[in-house]
Amino acid sequence: MWSGVNGSTGLEEGKVSQATRSVEKARWRFVDRPLCHGFRAVVCAIRVAAIVGLSGLASIALGAPGALGDDGPVQTPNMFAPVSTPAFAIRDISYFVLGICAVIFVVVAALLTYSIIRFRRRRGEDTREPPQVYGSNQIELAWTVVPVLIVFVLFLATARYIFGIEGHEPPPQTLQVTVVGHQWWWEIRYPDLGIVTANELHVPVSNPANPSPTFLTLESADVIHSFWVPQLAGKLDVIPNKTNRTWIEPHTPGLYVGQCAEFCGVQHAWMLLRVIVHPKDAFDAWVVEQQAPAVDDRVARTGRDVFGSVACINCHTVRGTTANGIFGPDLTHLMSRSTLGAGVAANTPENLRNWIENPAGLKSGALMPAMQLSSRELDQLVAYLLTLR
Amino acid sequence: MHGIADTLGYPEEATSTQVPLLARLHEWVITVDHKRLGIMYICMGLVFLLVAGLEASLIRLQLVVPENTLLSPQVFNRLFTMHGTTMVFFVGIPILFGFANYLVPLMIGARDLAFPRLNAFGFWLTLFGGLLLYLSYVAGDGLYGAGSAPDVGWFAYAPLAGRAFSPGNSTDYWNLAILASGFGTIATSVNLIATTLSLRCPGMTLSRMPLFVWMMGVVVSGMTLVILPPLSAAQIMLLFDRFLGSHFFDTQAGGSAVLWQHFFWFFGHPEVYVLAIPAFAFASEIIPVFSRKVIFGYPMMVAATVGIGVVSMGVWAHHMFAVGMGRTPNAFFAASTMLIGVPTGVKIFNWLGTMYGGRIRFGTPMLFCTAFLFQFLCAGLTGIMLAVVPFDWQLTDSYFVVAHFHFVLVGATIFNIFAAMYYWFPKATGRMLNETLGRWHFWLLVIGFNLTFVTLHFVGILGMPRRIYTYPADRGWELWNLVATLGVPLQGAAILLFLINVILSLRRGKPAGNDPWDAWTLEWSTPSPPPAYNFDTIPEVKSRRPLWDLKHPSDPDGLHE
Repeated sequence: MWSGVNGSTGLEEGKVSQATRSVEKARWRFVDRPLCHGFRAVVCAIRVAAIVGLSGLASIALGAPGALGDDGPVQTPNMFAPVSTPAFAIRDISYFVLGICAVIFVVVAALLTYSIIRFRRRRGEDTREPPQVYGSNQIELAWTVVPVLIVFVLFLATARYIFGIEGHEPPPQTLQVTVVGHQWWWEIRYPDLGIVTANELHVPVSNPANPSPTFLTLESADVIHSFWVPQLAGKLDVIPNKTNRTWIEPHTPGLYVGQCAEFCGVQHAWMLLRVIVHPKDAFDAWVVEQQAPAVDDRVARTGRDVFGSVACINCHTVRGTTANGIFGPDLTHLMSRSTLGAGVAANTPENLRNWIENPAGLKSGALMPAMQLSSRELDQLVAYLLTLR
Repeated sequence: MHGIADTLGYPEEATSTQVPLLARLHEWVITVDHKRLGIMYICMGLVFLLVAGLEASLIRLQLVVPENTLLSPQVFNRLFTMHGTTMVFFVGIPILFGFANYLVPLMIGARDLAFPRLNAFGFWLTLFGGLLLYLSYVAGDGLYGAGSAPDVGWFAYAPLAGRAFSPGNSTDYWNLAILASGFGTIATSVNLIATTLSLRCPGMTLSRMPLFVWMMGVVVSGMTLVILPPLSAAQIMLLFDRFLGSHFFDTQAGGSAVLWQHFFWFFGHPEVYVLAIPAFAFASEIIPVFSRKVIFGYPMMVAATVGIGVVSMGVWAHHMFAVGMGRTPNAFFAASTMLIGVPTGVKIFNWLGTMYGGRIRFGTPMLFCTAFLFQFLCAGLTGIMLAVVPFDWQLTDSYFVVAHFHFVLVGATIFNIFAAMYYWFPKATGRMLNETLGRWHFWLLVIGFNLTFVTLHFVGILGMPRRIYTYPADRGWELWNLVATLGVPLQGAAILLFLINVILSLRRGKPAGNDPWDAWTLEWSTPSPPPAYNFDTIPEVKSRRPLWDLKHPSDPDGLHE
C-alpha cells in the first residue's frame, strides 16, 4: 500500500505540464508528502472497506454452502436466509433499517470525506486562520429535526413488528413444545404427545394457507440459556424461574441449526440445537415412532442390566424400564438422534463408547460423570444403547 | 539512567540535585498533585491495556480455526471475562479519568482538584481493585482446582455467578475488585464535579468552559455518580447471596435472575457512555484546533452531551430485549434507545460543521479523530439496528454485537485516547511524540482494527454467538474468523509502535514549547510540563478560547458568543 501511494505520487508529477491547475494540485501533493500520504491512504482505506463490506454482504445474500450431515446439509444459520414466518418478518424490517442506515452512512460519510479533502490545509497556503463560524441556529435545527423524524418512523415500524411477532396468538392446530435448557443440553418435551427427547426439535412444516405453527415454552433447569435458531426466529432467553414463550412457523422442510446464545458456563459452546422440519406425513410417522416405548431387544439384555445396575438410571430415563432419572437426556430413542453431547460428536457406536467411558474427554466440563466401567461392561452397555432406536 | 519521573520533569529541583531513585518513586507514591495522579492513572490503564490486549489476542487465536484445541473452555471463559472486566474497569475508566484529572484543573485555571487527598485515595483504590482482580489468577480457587480467575463473564449474570454454579472464590475476586475500584471511581467523580463547579478561574462561567470540561467534569462524572452506586449495591447483594445465604438472585430459592440484569445494565449501559463521551470530549478539543476553527454550535454540543447523559439513564433494558420483558417495555426501550441517536448524531454534524470551511492539518491526533468520526458513525448506525427490537432478537449475543461495541469502545474511545495521547503528551512531558511513528501507529491500527471488527459483523449475521470457545466446522464461519484474527497482529504492532514512540520521545523527542499545536485553551498557556502549582497567577478569561483572544486581540471570541 505504501509503495502504491508513492507510485501514484509519481503519476501526479507526470501531469505537471498539462495545465496550470493540475500543476498546482500536483505540486502540493508532491511537496506536502505527509499530508499526501494521509489523504491517499484514507481513500485507499475507504476502498478496502467497501470491498470487504460488499463481498461480505454478497456472501450473506447468496448463502454459503455447508457440510453434509445425517439429516441433510447443514446450512449456515444465516438470519437473512429465513424459512419461518417470524424470521421472514424480522428479515423484512431488518432490510428496512439497513436501507435507512445505509443512506445515512453514505450521506454523512460523503460529507465527511468531502470536508476532509476540500478543507485540507495545503502547503503554501497563507497562514491566516479561516473564517470562524460559531454556529447556525437554522442548520443545527435542521440536523436535529431530521434525525428526530427518522427515529420516529423507525420507532413506528419497530413497534408494529414487536406487537406483530410477540402478540401472535396460536391457532387451533398449534403444536405445543416445551424446551428446557440444561447445562449444556436441551431437553425437548411434547406434553400433548407424550414425547421427550433432547437436542433435536422435530416440527411439522407449515402451509402458509393453513398455518400450523409450533409454539415453544422455554424454561431453564439451572442458569440462563438462550434459544436461537436464526433461520426460524429471533432468540429468546431461557431463564430459571421465568417462563418465556415464542413460536416458529417453518415453510420449508429441512435441517436448521442453532445453539445456546447466552453464556451458561463451561460448555456454552457445545450446546447446539438441531431443528428438523418434516413434511406433515413424515412428522406424524416420527411422532408414532417416538411415542413407542423403548425397544426391548433380548440380545442386549446384559447391557440393559449394566445400565440398571450402575448410576445411569439416576439421571436418564428409558421409557418402559426402571430407568426414570430426570437430570440427563431421555434415552428411550437415543439412536434416532444424530449427535451426542448436544452436538459435540456424531452419534456413532465408537463415539458413544468414548462418551460413556469418559464424557469429559469429548466435552470437557460435562456434568455426566465417567462411570469407571470395565471394557466388557462398556461393550455391553453400548450394545444395549444401540438398540434404543 | 534517567527515570521516567525526571524525564517528565517532576519536580525540577529533584532532578537537578540527583535525588535517589527510591526517593523519587516515594515522591510519586505520596503525591496528591492532580497531574502526577493523572499520569499514574494513564500509565495504569496502559499496562492493563497490554494485559487485556494479550487476552484478546489469545481469544482470537483460539477462534482462528473451528474446533481448535489450543485453549480449554475453562481457560477461554476466564480470558473473555478478564478481558471485558479489565478493559472497562481498569483500562477505560483509569485512562479517561486520568486525562480528566490532568486536564480539568488546567483547563479551568485551577491549581489542583478540589480534594487532592481524595484524588490520591481514588487512584490507589482503583489500582488496588485491578491488582486484586489479577491476584485471582494465583490465589483464586474456582471450580477447576487452585489458581483460577473469574469465568462468569464481565456481566456475571445470575444465577451463574451464584454459589450453586460458581463455587470457590474466583467470582468473589471479580465482585470485590469491581466494588473497590467502583468506590475509587465514585471518589474521583465527586472530586471532578466539585472542582468544575467551584474552582473555575475568574471569568470562566459555565458557558465558557471548554467542552472537554463540560463532558468530563460535569456529564461523565455526574453519570458515574448516579450509575455506580446501583452496581455496588447489586454487588453487595451478590456478596450476601454468596456468603450470607440470602436469595436476591438465587433462582433455586425463588430469587430473580432478571433483577440482576436490571441492576447490572442500569450501570452497564450508561457506562458505555461514560467511556464514549470522553472520546467526544477529546474530539471536541482536537478537531477545532486542527481545523483551525472554533467548535461549531457550542451551546448545542453542551445540550447534546447533557441530553445523552440524561437519556442514557433510560435505555438500559435494550440489553434485555431477548429476556422476554413483554411488548410494552420492549417498545419503550426501543424508543429511548433510538432517541439517544439524535443528540449523538448532532455531535457528529457539529464536528463536521467545525471541519467544514476550516484548514485542516492532519497531524497524528487529527488522523485518529478522523478515523474516529467514520468508525463512530458505523457504531452509531449499528446501534440503531440493535435498537430495532425484532432485529435485535437476531443480533443480540451474536458477534454482530461484539463488532458493534468494539466499534464504540475501540473505534471511538481507544482511537481518541490515542489522539489525546499525541495531543497532550507534549504538554505533560515537554516533548513531542514522533509524527512518523505516529502515522505508522495510526495506519496499522486503523487497518488491523477494521479487518478484525468489520468482519465480525458478518459472522454475527451468519449466526455465530458470542462467548463460545469453539465452533463446529460446518457452519460457514471459518473464513470470517480467519480474517478477523489476521487483524490482530497489525493492531498489536500498532500498540508496540506507540510504546516505542513514547519511550523514544521521552528521551529524544523534539522539545514542545508551551503551545505546539497553536491551541486555544488555558493548559497551553502554562509551561510544558506545567509546574506543580499550574499557574503563576490565576488567569482571567473573557471567552471560551482565552488563547485565541490573546493571539487575535482585534477579533476576540467574546464578540461572537
